[in-house]
Amino acid sequence: MSLSITSPAFKENAALALADVDLQQALTHVERGFIEKRRKAAEALPEFEALRDEARAIKEHTLAHLDLYLEAFEAKAQHAGAEVHFAETAEDARQAVLAICRRAKARTVTKGKSMISEEIGLNDFLEENDIAPVETDLGEYIIQLRGEPPSHIIAPAVHVTRNQVEQEFRRAHAGLDPERDLSEPVSLLAEARAALREKFLAADIGITGANFLIAETGSSVIVTNEGNGDLTQILPRVHIVLASIEKLVPTLEDVSTLLRVLARSATGQDMSVYTTFSTGPRRPGDPDGPEETHIVILDNGRAEMLAGELREMLRCIRCGACMNHCPVYHAIGGHAYGATYVGPMGAVLAPALFGLEKTANLPNASTFCGRCEAVCPVRIPLPKLMRHWREREYERHLKPAAERGGLKFWAFLAKRPGLYRLATRLGLAALSRFGRQDSYASLPFAGGWTRHRDLPAPAAKSFLDQWKASR
Amino acid sequence: MPPSEVAGQTGKAPRVGLFATCLVDLFRPQTGFAAAKLIEAAGARVEVPERQTCCGQPAYNSGDRADAAAIARQVVAAFEGFDYVVVPSGSCAATISRHYPALLADDPSYAHRARALAEKTFELTAFLYDVMGMREVKASFSGAVTYHDSCSGLRELTVRKQPRALLASVDGLTLKEMKDADVCCGFGGAFCVKYPDVSNAIVAKKVAAIEDSRAETLLAGDIGCLMNMAGKLKREGKNVKARHVAEVLADMGDEPAIGEGQ
Repeated sequence: MSLSITSPAFKENAALALADVDLQQALTHVERGFIEKRRKAAEALPEFEALRDEARAIKEHTLAHLDLYLEAFEAKAQHAGAEVHFAETAEDARQAVLAICRRAKARTVTKGKSMISEEIGLNDFLEENDIAPVETDLGEYIIQLRGEPPSHIIAPAVHVTRNQVEQEFRRAHAGLDPERDLSEPVSLLAEARAALREKFLAADIGITGANFLIAETGSSVIVTNEGNGDLTQILPRVHIVLASIEKLVPTLEDVSTLLRVLARSATGQDMSVYTTFSTGPRRPGDPDGPEETHIVILDNGRAEMLAGELREMLRCIRCGACMNHCPVYHAIGGHAYGATYVGPMGAVLAPALFGLEKTANLPNASTFCGRCEAVCPVRIPLPKLMRHWREREYERHLKPAAERGGLKFWAFLAKRPGLYRLATRLGLAALSRFGRQDSYASLPFAGGWTRHRDLPAPAAKSFLDQWKASR
Repeated sequence: MPPSEVAGQTGKAPRVGLFATCLVDLFRPQTGFAAAKLIEAAGARVEVPERQTCCGQPAYNSGDRADAAAIARQVVAAFEGFDYVVVPSGSCAATISRHYPALLADDPSYAHRARALAEKTFELTAFLYDVMGMREVKASFSGAVTYHDSCSGLRELTVRKQPRALLASVDGLTLKEMKDADVCCGFGGAFCVKYPDVSNAIVAKKVAAIEDSRAETLLAGDIGCLMNMAGKLKREGKNVKARHVAEVLADMGDEPAIGEGQ
């Protein structure tokens, strides 16, 4: 099986998103809520900017010695009784998970939120193999019912309105009293909890992601606001952690620094409600915990990024601040990107994971406004990395011929000031003769501009010519 | 470097090369004249080198690094002899001062020259306020204006207080801040023609914020953004004029606004 990548249809996806009234209503929460909360949280902490530098330095250091930290993590995790599985590709990761499920004779697995699970298309794969995955994060649960991928890396159902959630629950939850009032978000939460409680207890395996893997202790860390991750990893007999190689950090101390910027950047909280460290399976005397712990560590193209210009992307701690502040994301939401990871971070990561051929729209669909970089807790230069992909796209002749030709023609002139002067002089004069207008509502070859706005008319005579004449 | 020091060192007014930008050159000459007037009012001499076309941003942001670098070399050669290079655009100024050094880093004969040019290249209002120490202008403008912070100027060059401080000295002018003045207008160079529907959604929000400010005039420091916003204002039939901030500061605010004739 392969993940469905709809990025080639980005323009069509975006047009649909712009016309989707429910989506547009839901997106206003991103634009207003997240930004304001992050701003307040950052302002309330005098050392926030210094912490961002520290966070960046921790990740840079780790990446520079990633081989050592991966080995150290493996040794510590094994010592604590966990089994570590390195997966080079998405298929390797899926097979590793399936083998564990088969051995445990698992029929149902509960799942905490994991973007790696999305990246490798795990749910579809498990279903194809007669294993029922049950998402337990409220947002993930909602989109699982709706049969959708997440539209945001930390708020997977941010595109869904409250009304739509209510409709979905009334459709999916047999035995839900039609008279029951679900008009408040809290009542929807209670309904989801009730439905999920049985699933938690029935699951054979719990699968979670990891926000961090700590080399010093062999622990994995998850942060959640619902506590679902804890129930997912503690109740079933087997716990599988899905992580990727860049989740490594050296020490507990480092994690505490990163946690201080993570929640503030993501939701504006000082800390997420639950921050859970788990180290190996249940030990003798432990009151709870799984009997088996497996940690699947995915590469899927990341090792190659480590050696090249995209290395800085591997600092990402998946807070979502870049998409929360992105005007393009605000306009169209996450699904239009069509490649698991969305917004600015997705525009950099998706081409590396899924191939530039399929995802070239994403790094192009940015105004380079730079707001993402300005809020990134680990200071990833996202516009620069998007430009990196545009350069690869240009080199590999993946751009439409007309666009490339137009650009080449313009550059040919721009590199020859004398000719440029002559050509623009003739062009402006021709336009003037063609009929002076103050602005154009439509013009041949300018449809992209004039579809939605008028084009202010060029001058009759260029500034340089006028300047020369005036002196 | 404050002007007094410059003057002290050389004994005369600094020589400024005005990089007009391709959009000012072709679409908005009066912005160029306004910029020249302001630079002279600040105590510098201004020249407009003929061997200028564009900063290369269209190539640079389209992934055509080779052409971008060739254009960058041309700009470096044409402007490196000046004491300062001043640009009436945050985005083109940032291309020269923040991106040329990286673009030409591997070119042994241009790397150091690109760095040197970057050091002395400024966005217009930053040059007037930060370099020349200008604190007021001799200009009057009746009515309320709102100011849009163009992204590159704001985030790459921290241009924010300079235009506002200078606008505060204009007789009769009131500044009515719009909501989200620091949010992108959706222009993004080729972005706005490549993804017109997405760009439109962004500029539509901007136009709503401009209208809510109740200002009669929209000012900004970049003609690209201004053409985008002016074009949308016009298409929606809004009665808000758009001008480059330099025109108002140079007391040229009574000339036709963008899209209203030249």
